[in-house]
Amino acid sequence: MSTERSEENNRAYWRANINLMLSLLVVWFSVSFMAGIVFVDFLDQFRFFGYKLGFWFSQQGSIYFFVVLIFIYAWRMNALDRRFGVEEEE
Amino acid sequence: MSAQMLTYLFVGLSFALYIGIAIWSRSSSTNEFYVAGGGVNPVANGAATAADWMSAASFLSMAGIIAFEGADGARYLMGWTGGYVLLALLLAPYLRKFAKFTVPDFVGDRYYSQTARLVAVICVIFISFTYVAGQMRGVGIVFSRFLEVDINSGVIIGMAIVFFYAVLGGMKGITYTQVAQYCVLIFAYLVPAIYISIMLTGNPLPMFGLGGTMNDGSGTYLLDKLDGLTTELGMAAFTSGHKSTIDMLFITAALMAGTAGLPHVIVRFFTVPKVRDARISAGYALVFIALLYTTAPAVAAFARMNIINNVDGMVYAEAPSWFSKWEDSGLIAWSDKNADGVIRYRGGDALIPAKPIYSGERGDHGERLLENGVSPSENELYIDRDIIVLAHPEIAQLPNWVIALVAAGGLAAALSTAAGLLLVISTAVSHDLMKKTFMPQITERQELMAARVAAAVAIGIAGLFGIYPPGFVAQVVAFAFGLAAASFFPVILLGIFYKRMNKEAAITGMITGLAFTFSYIVYFKFINPADNNPSHWWFGISPEGIGTLGMLLNFAVSLVVCRFTPPPPEEVQALVEDIRIPGDR
Repeated sequence: MSTERSEENNRAYWRANINLMLSLLVVWFSVSFMAGIVFVDFLDQFRFFGYKLGFWFSQQGSIYFFVVLIFIYAWRMNALDRRFGVEEEE
Repeated sequence: MSAQMLTYLFVGLSFALYIGIAIWSRSSSTNEFYVAGGGVNPVANGAATAADWMSAASFLSMAGIIAFEGADGARYLMGWTGGYVLLALLLAPYLRKFAKFTVPDFVGDRYYSQTARLVAVICVIFISFTYVAGQMRGVGIVFSRFLEVDINSGVIIGMAIVFFYAVLGGMKGITYTQVAQYCVLIFAYLVPAIYISIMLTGNPLPMFGLGGTMNDGSGTYLLDKLDGLTTELGMAAFTSGHKSTIDMLFITAALMAGTAGLPHVIVRFFTVPKVRDARISAGYALVFIALLYTTAPAVAAFARMNIINNVDGMVYAEAPSWFSKWEDSGLIAWSDKNADGVIRYRGGDALIPAKPIYSGERGDHGERLLENGVSPSENELYIDRDIIVLAHPEIAQLPNWVIALVAAGGLAAALSTAAGLLLVISTAVSHDLMKKTFMPQITERQELMAARVAAAVAIGIAGLFGIYPPGFVAQVVAFAFGLAAASFFPVILLGIFYKRMNKEAAITGMITGLAFTFSYIVYFKFINPADNNPSHWWFGISPEGIGTLGMLLNFAVSLVVCRFTPPPPEEVQALVEDIRIPGDR
């Protein structure tokens, strides 16, 4: 690969990375700061099993979302690495 | 066997295990001592990170805080887990690609400046020492209550164990003992929680039991029942919050960014072989942490319910032995306001001031008499929040072996975190201060020797904190997060994502963030504690949450200064390009 093409490729990889990261962070922000704090009283009028919904988000649900977000990130980033040919050697 | 014998047995066995692992995994080079040779399996690193991260505060204190605060306790649950999303997405993979030993390494190289490195070293040492002092107090509590040795001997035993595997084994020894400690601590946390969940709700999974119905055939949801009970006794309903929204937001954000910026957590991601491993390892770490963090609110609600059901209305003279033992430890107090010999548990503080001051004499029923003023509330009971996790198995009348297990778990949590912090301190001294700043000519052997000596000295100082706990320990531990959020998090983040970021901006940003956060906390906690209430706080932000504002200031100052100062040199810009790409191409 010529240096020019490789630079172009690296920039595209970085943009794809940033897009993925930002969309995951939007979810991160929504389940914790929004659902768990700002709208907690509003959500508390709904039930989720024996929980008030807002209480569930703030003490249980947000944590489950966090775990899933990191695994999605790792999985999608590994795919991006391969697509742009920047993965580590075995 | 008695609970005490069993505790000796369990604690003894777990300590023997840690020492065995330490002997098996000695370090022989600085690379092994600092980052375990960079060859740790990502799942093992996840478990080690979880043990490193979950301290006496997570294991012993958090459920107790939630038990008494109810919904407001969510700031710890979200703050201390959400930080891992930031760590995994924004920091860990890039720092792994950078492939050096410490956080000051990154700051020093990325900002091509010894001053920046030095500021970072000072922050690392300060943050780690405040944090380690709290762990030693946790060790002391467990030893004094369960093994009935005095706190000082307890701390010395704990120091000896940590000394053994941290000084010999370095990061390699610590990593594998932390994996073992994670297993001990999570087992010790889950067993009583599962037991009590089955007793109260019939559901073996505490996180589902919390949302389930009571086991008494009424079909009432546990949380509804608890809301009912708390309101009936004149307390705040368990599931409703009382802190202001802005304060909750700021505290949660400070805990998240602080978690991502804590040096002893970051350094764990230098130990895995690849960038790919760093990404997934953060995920495993959070799974291991989430197991405890989703159980903690269940433990909290169960404990609150058991205290109301078992302690309120109890005749003091007939109280079980745990009550008087904790009273002897000074963590429970009872003031028989209506002189009927019955313990009454109601809303509001029982005493003025809230913490008990014992007069040294005994009352009619054998209780320790108090010098505190009597509050207008009908409440007669003071319970220190830190004892909930330890006392709950006894309150719920679980078998002795479960009680002994919890003691071993609490020690595992405190010791694993202490070891991680002490290693960071020793690395900061031997690597960042000596090798990289003042004595670059020393050989690797000398550097390794220095690291061991620094670890030993740090353990000694930490032990002194445990034996002579400065009154401010409990107050400052939470602020380690504020300071980490206001200093490291922005500097590392901008260093990766903003190529134009230069040393002038980094240094002014770090100093502004630190100085602001530090002064705000010191003002409200030490200079003028009488004003430490929402009407005096800026924008209603408590000292606990001020780190977020410090962080925003750091970002703002950095970005402005950066515009008016020269860009970083070519090779630094090339370094930034390089850490963004996992492979070498």
